[in-house]
Amino acid sequence: MKKSLEIKSVRKSFGTNEVLKGISFRIEPGEIVSLLGANGAGKSTLIKILSGAFTEFDGEIYINDQPANIGSPLQARSQGIETVHQKINEGIVAGLTVAENLLFDRIALGEISRFATPAKMVREAREVLKALSLEWDDQMLKDDVFNLGIADQQLLLLARALSHNPALLILDEPTSALSNAEVSRLFKIIQRLRTDGVAILYVSHRLGEIDELADRLVILRDGVIQTIQDKPFNWTNALHDMLGMDLREAQFGIEEERGTDVVLSVRNAQIFEESKPWSIQVRSGEVTGIIGLLGAGKSELARGLFGAEKLKSGEVEFLGEAFIPKSPADAIKKGVFLISEDRTRDGILENWSISNTTSLPFLKKIASGSLINFGKENDLASRMIEKLNVVTQSHKSTVDSLSGGNQQKVMVGRWLMQNSRLLLLDEPFRGVDIGARREIAGQIRDLVRAGNAAIIFSSDIDEILESSDRVLIMVQGDIKFDSYLSETSRNEIIQKMSEVA
Amino acid sequence: MKKVKTIRTKAEFSARDFLVKYGFILVTLISFVSFFSTQDTFRLSTTFFSMLKYTSVVAITGLGITFSMAVGGLDLSVGAVAGMAVTLSAMTMVIYDKSAIVAVALVLLAGVVIGCLNAFLIVVLKIPDLLATLASMFAIMGLKLVPVKGQSVSSGMMMQDGTTAPGKFTDTFLKIDSGQLGPIPYAVIVWMLLTVACWFFLTRTTWGRAMYAVGSNPEASLLAGINVKRYRALAYILSSVLASISGMILASRIGQGDISAGNSLLLDSVAVALVGTSVLAMGKPNAWGTALGAFLIGVVITGLTIAGFPYYGQDVVKGAVLLLALVFSFTLSRKKSRFISAV
Repeated sequence: MKKSLEIKSVRKSFGTNEVLKGISFRIEPGEIVSLLGANGAGKSTLIKILSGAFTEFDGEIYINDQPANIGSPLQARSQGIETVHQKINEGIVAGLTVAENLLFDRIALGEISRFATPAKMVREAREVLKALSLEWDDQMLKDDVFNLGIADQQLLLLARALSHNPALLILDEPTSALSNAEVSRLFKIIQRLRTDGVAILYVSHRLGEIDELADRLVILRDGVIQTIQDKPFNWTNALHDMLGMDLREAQFGIEEERGTDVVLSVRNAQIFEESKPWSIQVRSGEVTGIIGLLGAGKSELARGLFGAEKLKSGEVEFLGEAFIPKSPADAIKKGVFLISEDRTRDGILENWSISNTTSLPFLKKIASGSLINFGKENDLASRMIEKLNVVTQSHKSTVDSLSGGNQQKVMVGRWLMQNSRLLLLDEPFRGVDIGARREIAGQIRDLVRAGNAAIIFSSDIDEILESSDRVLIMVQGDIKFDSYLSETSRNEIIQKMSEVA
Repeated sequence: MKKVKTIRTKAEFSARDFLVKYGFILVTLISFVSFFSTQDTFRLSTTFFSMLKYTSVVAITGLGITFSMAVGGLDLSVGAVAGMAVTLSAMTMVIYDKSAIVAVALVLLAGVVIGCLNAFLIVVLKIPDLLATLASMFAIMGLKLVPVKGQSVSSGMMMQDGTTAPGKFTDTFLKIDSGQLGPIPYAVIVWMLLTVACWFFLTRTTWGRAMYAVGSNPEASLLAGINVKRYRALAYILSSVLASISGMILASRIGQGDISAGNSLLLDSVAVALVGTSVLAMGKPNAWGTALGAFLIGVVITGLTIAGFPYYGQDVVKGAVLLLALVFSFTLSRKKSRFISAV
């Protein structure tokens, strides 16, 4: 049965934070619409509304021009909406066999007995696999699902979704775990579904895929649809709209610093198994910005330089000596600091005060021997609070109680209180308001003016334009472009980023 | 209308906060005072000190648990280590006729060695804490039986070859439990000194701070340059050493190498450390909390025993005390304790 989907003025807020600010678009039967947006644009929220995971929102959803009631994931399915979520773990049930996983929806509904014989399960599972023309043998189907590779797990979820003959299929980053051969097989299936009249919402960061598949492009930024493009797509405009363009462009190129001394040189570095090796040199006295979309390999590089994980291959020289940090502690000792990407997961300690959080990386500096000097510790925190203008009642407040911007100021500020030679900042401006962003960027500038080096890793082009002197572009583990800001333009950067498409 | 509501909830909250923070201390005081005023025997100072003396073994083992909980794990082998300490000190003195000093030194050394082995399993072989220490618990309980052929060792016992064991529990060793400084038993002094030392270590030194960081968020600690492995290893070594100290006090008390000694110690010491996390709404394992938890359980059990409560009901009491503490920590407290939920 063919169905169209229409979304009308959909709004969704979390507390005071409005994530979707009135979204309207339509997908016709046999059409592939691609949703494009940077992190935090609101894509996941929209998908969760359509799949029935979020039931509280404003606005209407129509299926075949009839008001649709999507009150739960089960209701979404009964109306013909199937979703393959980005996180594979959320769909795979550990401890069950591959066959049981393929049939899981039906087992959960009692359509297939939980105690059906393995032979029956395998028979039924084989039917499910037909949709993807996958030929998995009996042994594989009876095996525990965790013995499947990540790509096969992804295919399993796809097959399961297709077994319900959806009228509307939502695919959220379905190819992130697949190899090229599997991707092209998936594309054939998607194209066949389109011919069959299935309406498809396709979400991906890979512009090349979207270019190949999509009939229309819906570009989302900050919860608002910026533009809707029909084929053929203008990728330069699309990236402009996706990444945003605002008054900050006026700042572009102002008082650019140029360093002379090479502090860090990376030779023949490889980020992923299949990515090309590259070499760069990072100088002190200037801020180096590395732009890359999600999954481009930025965090891998940052963590590799910090000793938190190993680079696939390559040689690193720091201050003229070979540099292979065995651990973050080792890197810190040599003056290489990292402010990691996800402050909630990798930075904040629950219920810890600002004082204790600030001193953690440098406990030796606030102690005589091993004895903590609380006066010194509080003094350090107070100075950090003053330096970064952290809005808080006192240095005893817990970091979790601060606003996102102030949390980030603490995360950055604690590293600025000691001398670093090379500061690595992975997405330092994520979830940070513009005021805090300026403050943090200013501090980084002061640091390089004092003769140090800094690398900012970001997926937001404006953040890099605002904070860096030199810009590198990273695409799928490869450094594609290297220039001082004054020698390039925003358009050229966007051009280079979209060239992959 | 709105204003009234705000004021009421505020008052409600502060009463709740007060309860979360001081509730446990209050319960301890109330039970102490009520036993003190109703039971004549409870009022005797000898009762008080012998209660503390009996509590000290569980309390010191609980300090060890406090360390393993501080790094986000749990050491299940502490009871077995204490039991090993009992057998080992008996063997050293009774079978090998060595002095108390040698026995103490050997037991402490064994504590360090077992701690290192636990640390090796957890840090190097990467076996989850609970499972690694469960395995070592069984291994230690079994291995200590091998040299003594599964027999309890007592002074003047018959040896395998028909001769009488040459040595005995020396008077010096027996003094560990029975000796007193003024009215205060040595065991209680050891307990207090160790509590102060652990409190100081955990709250005043960079080592303790790093341990709490590891327990709170290991990845964040690693990225802040903390040597996570080192501190986890250290916690398990300290845990074992403290358990071997409490085992020595136990050996001195029973005066023989009872092979079943220490068996019930694990659950009791986990309970006192857990109770300790709710004291003053700390939300994390801490030395004084553990001491107070042990004290409360000691008071309630002594008081009830004097009042004629049967000995076989003791575990019910421990369970109730633990449950009460957990209500303070989880039901009433607004901050989640990652340390306990990790267990």
